Amino acid sequence: MVKEQDYLESKASYCLDLAKKMGATNSSVIVSNSVSETVNFRNKQLDEANRSDNLGIDITTYINQKKSSISSSNLLDDNLKILIEKCIETTKNTPEDEFNSLPEKDLLAKETKDLNLFDNTHLENEKKIEYLKQLEEFSSNNEKIINTESSFSEDKSNFILANSIGFCEGYKSSTFSASCVTVAKDNNSMERDYEYTSSCHLEDIKPADILGKKAAELTIKKLSPKKIGSEKINIIFDKRIAKGMLSTFASAISSSAISRGTSFLKDKINEKIFSDEINIFDKPDILKGLGSKSFDIEGVKIDTLELVKKGVLKHYLVDTYNGKKLSIKSNGRCGGTSNLYFDNGKVSYKDLLNSSSKVIYVTETIGHGSNIVTGDYSVGASGFLVENGEFKYPINEFTIAGNFKNMFKNITLANNLEFEYKTNSPTMMIEGMVVAGK
Amino acid sequence: MSKFFDKSDITRNDVDNIVSDTLKNCDDGELYLEDLKSETILLDDNKIKNSNYSSDLGFGFRAISGEVVAYSHSNEISKESLKSSSANLRSTLKSINGTYNHEILKSNKKFYDDINPIDNKSLNSKIEVLNKVNDFLRKKDSKVKQVTASFAGEQKSIEIIRSGGEALTDVRPLIRFNVSVMLEKNGKKETGVYGIGGRQSYDDYLKNDNWQNVCNEAFRIASTNLDSKPAPAGEMKVVLGPGWPAILIHEAIGHGLEGDFNRKKTSAFHDLMGQKVASEGVTIVDDGTIDKRRGSLTIDDEGTPTERTVLIENGILKNFMQDRLNARLMKTRSTGSGRRENYRHIVLPRMRNTMMLSGKQTQDEMIRSVDKGIFAVSFGGGQVDITSGKFVFNCTEAYEIINGKIGSPIKGATLIGDGPSILKEVSMVGNDMMLDPGIGTCGKAGQGVPVGVAQPSILIDKMTVGGTKL
Repeated sequence: MVKEQDYLESKASYCLDLAKKMGATNSSVIVSNSVSETVNFRNKQLDEANRSDNLGIDITTYINQKKSSISSSNLLDDNLKILIEKCIETTKNTPEDEFNSLPEKDLLAKETKDLNLFDNTHLENEKKIEYLKQLEEFSSNNEKIINTESSFSEDKSNFILANSIGFCEGYKSSTFSASCVTVAKDNNSMERDYEYTSSCHLEDIKPADILGKKAAELTIKKLSPKKIGSEKINIIFDKRIAKGMLSTFASAISSSAISRGTSFLKDKINEKIFSDEINIFDKPDILKGLGSKSFDIEGVKIDTLELVKKGVLKHYLVDTYNGKKLSIKSNGRCGGTSNLYFDNGKVSYKDLLNSSSKVIYVTETIGHGSNIVTGDYSVGASGFLVENGEFKYPINEFTIAGNFKNMFKNITLANNLEFEYKTNSPTMMIEGMVVAGK
Repeated sequence: MSKFFDKSDITRNDVDNIVSDTLKNCDDGELYLEDLKSETILLDDNKIKNSNYSSDLGFGFRAISGEVVAYSHSNEISKESLKSSSANLRSTLKSINGTYNHEILKSNKKFYDDINPIDNKSLNSKIEVLNKVNDFLRKKDSKVKQVTASFAGEQKSIEIIRSGGEALTDVRPLIRFNVSVMLEKNGKKETGVYGIGGRQSYDDYLKNDNWQNVCNEAFRIASTNLDSKPAPAGEMKVVLGPGWPAILIHEAIGHGLEGDFNRKKTSAFHDLMGQKVASEGVTIVDDGTIDKRRGSLTIDDEGTPTERTVLIENGILKNFMQDRLNARLMKTRSTGSGRRENYRHIVLPRMRNTMMLSGKQTQDEMIRSVDKGIFAVSFGGGQVDITSGKFVFNCTEAYEIINGKIGSPIKGATLIGDGPSILKEVSMVGNDMMLDPGIGTCGKAGQGVPVGVAQPSILIDKMTVGGTKL
């Protein structure tokens, strides 16, 4: 079982007291524990069972504007004492930085909301195996499927965040997730695809049969792909790729990239960076939300932000340090976004597919081709050629390229938003991107 | 002698008994113990932004029966914790009747020294170098708008206890020094990144003010990119420079030759053993034995001494890279390629230093032979889908080639190709093999491990370049 709050709190206060005694003017500490159990199946047989128990502590000490941090997985008091001594010593020898400090006291969260993030259900490995058996019945019943691998994980965690100005909060959370990866083969090619589900509560994960069927179906559809030529064309991004655009957007508006001047969205507050129809929200208080939280990793309270309103950028994602540098208050985004999403667009998924006579539908991208300094984008991709709203044939070994500054202005969204992940997008079309193929 | 149990309530003898009892009738398995001390010191935006020290201790207990792996890990090294892991493993493996394979190769060769790079250099002198880097670059040119520099160092001590009490140990130092610089000219911004590292002390890499060379290289890449024009889009000839561009080898064929994917027949290479998969003259090895290199290991994470494994010899596929599990199931031997990120992870067959060996041609000959194409010198990362064989890698410094001459620099672009066929498109292999600077990390199944790559210049007759200019 995951460690209880009392134990984590006692470790946290031990560290804060010790740091103070040794000369820290301020300090903060995170103590966390997670226990996870995973079962992996391959071709209907048990392949791997893995239990992991992780205990960890992160301590940051301040001596006025000097700062240093340590982390360890060994929570014995003797070891913590040695580490805190080392941390204080390093702090003394680290140059001052005028922006170093704990958050302002009045920005700290006053309460931990009950967001229903913890499900105490424990699923024995036998039950996980039952789920995977059923899943693989459905993922492998087509003869083209030559390999299936599936996995079920249960994760329980607990943490305490405490600092020397009186903050001491934490809570338990849980994640149940299942995934299925299938490989299909025909005379021309071998292809792989996947499907997964993840949720705080066991009852909310997708049924095994649906997951298995979907993975197999996606994989078989990719067989015998063709290459395409190079041209300028409209591209539709499947939801699971479209959400990646939001993640890039989030890194480009992080206050650290802004204050360092290394983002193509620097100085764009109150400027139009998307078309009129685009609204982007970051909403931390969705019940059972995979990204939900009451405060960020500094303890600063977090509220819903409408990051983009009718295409206009309204907020950066601000933490204490970079906020001070930019002379703005932290909005509780140290450590990133919560539940980030594009609001629904106006057209249906079907109308989006039909919006031009020929369009490329991208289901997978590979490579790390997003440059947030310049906004340049270039990745490898695979997907389908769609003509007059109909999926014609699978395509692969091509690249798509553009620059986010233009891409953002040419986004059209469908009205099929669902909250499946931490970051979510409806199906997305971007007009006029360059495809390179044969 | 092992220090892992010094502060615990358990004797070494008890540990041996628990390990042997747990692994009774299993085919393989071990108790893996790890003590990792690591640090990062980061200068960014004119200030020392971060100095972090971390100490991580834990064990991973593995039992294997047939194809089934049971694994349990924890950071608490105690009798109770080991016993509960043992019970967990036994409950997963219900009916087992294997024979434990006690055989493990021995070697007394070591490829790096037992040093602790963190303690070898004082914090103050590390901070001093970072401040010098910042001043040097900012004084060098007024276009310099941002400088980030960092030290990362670690010492990882491991011990592997096998059934019967046999123990194998290794102490692995690793450092990395990185510089990133951003330039701005007429509103256009570009970054350049360069780093060095390996399994020696910081000062071995920094002697003779070598940090200046790192700064100059990062600056050179950024300023080249300031003048870059849009990259072309479409299929063309590509000349790759020596050294780091061998990421191509790593992605295009390295991953596809790892034992697990071939045992499961999910790699595009699984049925190509003994067949021609590359042009004549192409020889590729994966070598864990190069002195003090980032990807080198004295023993792998299962205790097997590493080796130099020939993967492709003169175009013919010769060997896969194997850990003990996949080797046993494929009826071959481990190549000392069993690796894990740390005690939290299971062992997988992984690359070490993957290298294409030198041929006879010169880079100049290659460039002269190209009418229209690109010359790629420096790369960011890459990725592969081992099943379809499609792979990408991202250029960070490249030039167009027109009529046999190097032309203007072009913007960063992704290159995409097909693993099993790309090496057949290699029409020239250079005589200038070079190792990378020692900063690579390879990701697989959520685990990152340090690796190296090397290659000479090569000419690829056909590859798709993902630019924006049609």
